[in-house]
Amino acid sequence: MISLAGRDILHSWGKFVFTGVGLGLLIGVTLSMAGIYRGMVDDAQVMLDNTGADLWVVQQGTQGPYAESSSLYDDVYRSLLNMPGVEYAANVTYLIMQVGHGGHDVSTMVVGIMSGEPGTPGQPRYLVAGRHITRSHYEAVADITSGFQLGERIRIRRNLYTLVGLSKRTVSYNGDPMVFIPIKDAQEAQFLKDNDALIQQRRRNAENPAFNRPGIPGLLAAVNASQSANAYVNAVLVKLKPGTLPEDVAKPMRRWKRLQVYTRTQMESILVDKVIAKSARQIALFLVILAIVSAAIVAFIIYTLTLGKIREIAVLKLIGTKNRTIAGMIMQQSIALGIIGFVVGKITATFWVPIFPKYVLLEPLDSVAGFFAVLVICVLASVVAIRMALKVDPAEAIGG
Amino acid sequence: MKRLPLQKRTLALLAVIVPLLVLFVYVALRSGPLAPVAVTVATVKAKSITPALFGIGTVEARYTYKIGPTVAGRVQRLDVHVGDRVKAGQVLGEMEPVDLDDHVRSQESAFKRAEAALREAKARQVHAQTQAHRYEQLFAVRSTSEEIVTIKRQELQIADAVLSAAREDVARARSDREALVAQRGNLRLIAPVDGLVSSRDADPGTTVVAGQAVVEVIDPKSLWLNVRFDQISASGLAAGLPARIVLRSRSGQALAGRVLRVEPKADAVTEEMLAKVNFDTQPEPLPPVGELAEVTADLPALPAAPVIPNAAIHREHDQMGVWQVMDGDLHFTPVKLGASDLDGRVQIRERLKNGDQVVVYSEKSLTTRSRIHVVERMPGGTR
Repeated sequence: MISLAGRDILHSWGKFVFTGVGLGLLIGVTLSMAGIYRGMVDDAQVMLDNTGADLWVVQQGTQGPYAESSSLYDDVYRSLLNMPGVEYAANVTYLIMQVGHGGHDVSTMVVGIMSGEPGTPGQPRYLVAGRHITRSHYEAVADITSGFQLGERIRIRRNLYTLVGLSKRTVSYNGDPMVFIPIKDAQEAQFLKDNDALIQQRRRNAENPAFNRPGIPGLLAAVNASQSANAYVNAVLVKLKPGTLPEDVAKPMRRWKRLQVYTRTQMESILVDKVIAKSARQIALFLVILAIVSAAIVAFIIYTLTLGKIREIAVLKLIGTKNRTIAGMIMQQSIALGIIGFVVGKITATFWVPIFPKYVLLEPLDSVAGFFAVLVICVLASVVAIRMALKVDPAEAIGG
Repeated sequence: MKRLPLQKRTLALLAVIVPLLVLFVYVALRSGPLAPVAVTVATVKAKSITPALFGIGTVEARYTYKIGPTVAGRVQRLDVHVGDRVKAGQVLGEMEPVDLDDHVRSQESAFKRAEAALREAKARQVHAQTQAHRYEQLFAVRSTSEEIVTIKRQELQIADAVLSAAREDVARARSDREALVAQRGNLRLIAPVDGLVSSRDADPGTTVVAGQAVVEVIDPKSLWLNVRFDQISASGLAAGLPARIVLRSRSGQALAGRVLRVEPKADAVTEEMLAKVNFDTQPEPLPPVGELAEVTADLPALPAAPVIPNAAIHREHDQMGVWQVMDGDLHFTPVKLGASDLDGRVQIRERLKNGDQVVVYSEKSLTTRSRIHVVERMPGGTR
């Protein structure tokens, strides 16, 4: 038995392979787009994973700290530690800011974490270089995508921080690298105004007769001091004891502590459904369009390939080849084209993923689904081509 | 002859397809969840570590003298400026006396008047005494009546009383005058010690309330640091520990110091312990009061024990532990942490012994099912 499809492919294999590679690049783009969407959702999830928290305690009536701003007194965590089921509670602050690095700014999310034992909620969970923060001030650990080097001194607001460690996959929900610094420094960085503003504030206070009273000499200094102090954090991360249901602890906190509490699932839905919803939908829609376009192009390619062989098919029919054999040839060719396309697509996607600025997650299951989708599209496209091939008049073989 | 072109084509096709398939298998195995995780490992070694405590503080003067009037008034003159060195007892300025000088003069007159009254009372008493004496003698020879003698005696007693009243009056007037003079002297602002004028809060002509500082004098020899240590990492903080002080304006230059005392009261709001740190030798030039400084207090070195980097410590299922590499397999070993130093070395109390291999850096979060691939250094990470 001669493989008609094989013979035909070998007959013009260069054309066939190049078509397959072209198709593969298109499939590669589609796979990458799926990866971009997955990466975007993963960025949001990895941010939650990295906190190591089971509950997020935020200001009452807000959806903080990621979707809205939230501020809490920094001693709230002490009262949360007393709640039954709570293993650990840690303050955390988030601040999106530009950190200068070698003449340009790096957009980062500065995270204030409680120092203490390694493994405290909020700290980066694993490092790729350096060490965790040990001093309670002026040390930083940054994500490797920030481009900072170990030992480098970076400026955040007014202070210089020594970079002591590098972490990986510690990014904010929009893919900015995180910079971890001790919480006291972060509180200062977040709420302390610049020096000009402080001086203006002092002058304003000094001109206010209510604060600058001749009879009470210390009043002005006291007012100034109280205005430049900051005792707020954005959220408290709570780690629960093993075997505790998050909602069992969250309920009494909401009721008696008068604070808003989110569990992991709620926080995830806030992030995915609210914070990144629009951009994720945008990518998803584009992915759908790209998939449809790819499918259409695959169909056209197979259709035109068959169209180019119409004369040969007519000859085959003329010499009495069975319809099944002709149909099999076309379908085998199109599936082979699909497989080459998928292999090339997968390889190219894997190789160009690392140069994307944001995280791209190529899920193996997505690839498997993509593979079957390609096969289905190829089969469907070949059905159209087969219909045309079977309808061809054998007379065409002898000119017409 | 006929089959040769076909073979050539087959070979060419294979030359394209086979590398493609090999590449595909490589890609499928080397990326995604099937790929091994690159890790670096460290060998547990017994080492002695020197834990240290890190805090930040501000330069403060141990002795600060706020000099001002004890009563409300207006500043008349102020001879010193910020930065001037002053000697103990030096007059720095003076408050306006207003009518105090007139009061002193008036009291002077009152005193003189009292003295005059004393002289008058003395004269009267001498006269009354003489009279009384004379009438006593006359009465003795019965040449006067008893009534007159009694009157003379009474007059003497009155004169005595008037004399002592006049004496007391003089004393009162003197004291009044001295009080006013003392008050007048109190208007002078005098340096209590040798020191440095650190602030001048009011200029001549300004009215100040009682107790308000006009000039502040510090003792520059008494500069120390008020240092705050986070309570979570302040175990072992004690008086006498050697300290390294880095002033914000002189970074890179560590000054030697010593913990003078740990305050018995910690800061409950900021959760910090407070300590005072002295300079071993006064830095020259003197750092300004209020300058920020980073202070590292060195604790005594600890005996050797198994040591790992703190990047190796992970929290899994509410247990602190390390990922141990045993025959190429990963195994999570819960450990008890001992002392640690500021360079991130942690001593391990239990479950790890020297020579054990633990994972330090990894590309991803590890699980017991992770396949690992040990590398010398992580891509992208320096050092």
